[in-house]
Amino acid sequence: MHYVFDKEQLTAIEDILERDLMDLGVHSVFLIDMAGNIVASKETGPGEHDIYSLAALAAGNFGAVSTMAKLIGEEEFSLLFHRGKKESIHFSKVTSDFLLITIFGKELSLGFLRLKVAEATEKIVAILGS
Amino acid sequence: MAIINLKKGEVQAKIVYYGPGRGGKTTNLEYIYRKFHERIKTEMVTIKTHGDRTLFFDFLPIEIGKIKGFDIRIQLYTVPGQVKYDATRKLVLRGVDGIVFVADSLAVRRKENVLSLKNLADNLASYNKSLFDVPVVLQYNKRDLQEEGIPLLSVDTMERDLNTRLRAPSFGASALKGPNVVQTMKKIIVLTIDSLRRDLM
Repeated sequence: MHYVFDKEQLTAIEDILERDLMDLGVHSVFLIDMAGNIVASKETGPGEHDIYSLAALAAGNFGAVSTMAKLIGEEEFSLLFHRGKKESIHFSKVTSDFLLITIFGKELSLGFLRLKVAEATEKIVAILGS
Repeated sequence: MAIINLKKGEVQAKIVYYGPGRGGKTTNLEYIYRKFHERIKTEMVTIKTHGDRTLFFDFLPIEIGKIKGFDIRIQLYTVPGQVKYDATRKLVLRGVDGIVFVADSLAVRRKENVLSLKNLADNLASYNKSLFDVPVVLQYNKRDLQEEGIPLLSVDTMERDLNTRLRAPSFGASALKGPNVVQTMKKIIVLTIDSLRRDLM
């Protein structure tokens, strides 16, 4: 099984990442699948991060945490977020197959980011379904 | 679950090296990384214990060039082989597009090879996949130990134990010294891309 993304879908997704998240001041954002592959990504500077390794680790991390949730009787956790001194990383499930990973600095509050990620997620789900 | 990006003209596919603990999965990736590190722009990611046993996975992305006009990016992963890490193995297997089963040629590891292959089949089944649907290559690793007089299973025995029904391509190899490591990788890449070819036309 595999996913095929055409130009229109990817352009629409990249627009959402740019306008809804990067324009807020997010440093990097990736839409990835649960296997660790990258669907779309935006960064403030090209080559800012090793995005392929980040995607693999993010998918693994999210998968591990989701499994832990089930082991303790939870359907899923509502928040997966790691706070750093300068950069933080937020994970959000888009559908059962995709994740949105955002890397942002101290200038953005987590609450505001979660709100914006939820809005962006809704739009991305609509595109994925098309 | 391969991703085909028609905008960038890129295919990303996931290949997992599976097998019993200490069989040579990580050693395969380490050999590939050393051999091609000038072309591989990133470091190999390894998450391991203090005792150098894989704890979560190893990861190595490789760009192999163009096929049918598409840039092909292969993500190589290994799983932890120790029996107790089954939940983790299952996680790493998610979305797999091709599998290399690294079997241990040591005679004392015969049972572990069979059990690990069964474990692979069980974990694939949890994703509604079967060993017969996914591209698979078998590697009979540690053949170099024959020269040191260490009792090894014959390739015939390993074929009978592991490949009677599967009938997958197989290679005797030495992940430590190199023979057939790259050939194994090339074969699984070809089989994996082949399985996607309808969408690449």
